[in-house]
Amino acid sequence: MIITTIQHVPDKKIITHFGIVSGSTVKAKHAGSDFLAGIKNFFGGEISTYTDLLESAREVAVERMIEQADSAGANAIINVRMATSAITAGAAEIYVYGTAVVVE
Amino acid sequence: MIDNIDLIIITIFLAITYATGNSIEKKHFRQLLERESKTKNIPVSSNDEPFEQSEHVQIELLVGSCVIGSDYFKRTLAALKGIFGGKIGAYESLLDRARREAILRMKESAKENCVEIACFRITTTNVQPGMLEAVAYGTAIYKKA
Repeated sequence: MIITTIQHVPDKKIITHFGIVSGSTVKAKHAGSDFLAGIKNFFGGEISTYTDLLESAREVAVERMIEQADSAGANAIINVRMATSAITAGAAEIYVYGTAVVVE
Repeated sequence: MIDNIDLIIITIFLAITYATGNSIEKKHFRQLLERESKTKNIPVSSNDEPFEQSEHVQIELLVGSCVIGSDYFKRTLAALKGIFGGKIGAYESLLDRARREAILRMKESAKENCVEIACFRITTTNVQPGMLEAVAYGTAIYKKA
C-alpha cells in the first residue's frame, strides 16, 4: 500500500478512484500516567506518555484506513491528512483520511 | 496568618517552576539547534508537487509528533497577561518548541537516501489546558539506486 500526502503517486498513473477512506481512534491513558503528566505539566517539559499515546493511536488510525482501502481493492491512498482533537481531558481522537485509488 | 502561608507557598511554587521551566526550555532549544543542523540537508516544502521529478522515485509517509506541557509559572504569567491583553511570549516559545520538535522527529525518521520531503503539513492541537500537541507529516521522496 502506497500512502502519500501528495495529490498523486509520482510517476504512476491513477486508474480508478474509490473516494474517501478514513480511520479514527479515541484513546485515553490510565489515571497513573495522567497523574505523572499533571506533574510534568507543572514543572514544564515534554509529556512523553502523551506523545507515545497519540503516536500509537495514530498508527492504529492509519491501519484502519489501510484496511478500508484494502477492502475496496485499492493499492494506494493519496492526499492523506491528519487531525487530532481533544474530547475530554486525557482522551484524544485521531482522525486520518485520504483518497483510495488504484495506480498502475 | 493562613493567607500569608498561602501566599508564601504560591511564591515558592512560582519560583521553583520558573527555574525548572526555564532550564528545561533552554536545554531543549540547545538540543533543537544541534539536531536541526544535522538534518538541514533534507529540504522540506509544503508544495503539492515534489521538486524531484526523476523517473525512479520511492515515496513514504513520514509522521513526527510531540506533546509539550507548560509550567505553573508560564500559566500564571499567561493568565495575568490575559487580563490586559497583548502577546504572550511564554506560550509562543512553547508552540515554537513543539513544532520544531515535531518537524525534527519527522525528518529524523526518514531513511538515509531521502532527497526531499514534499507536501509537508503541520497541525497543532490543545490536548489539555496548557498542554499542546504538534503533528508534522509529509511525503519522503527517495531516489532509487
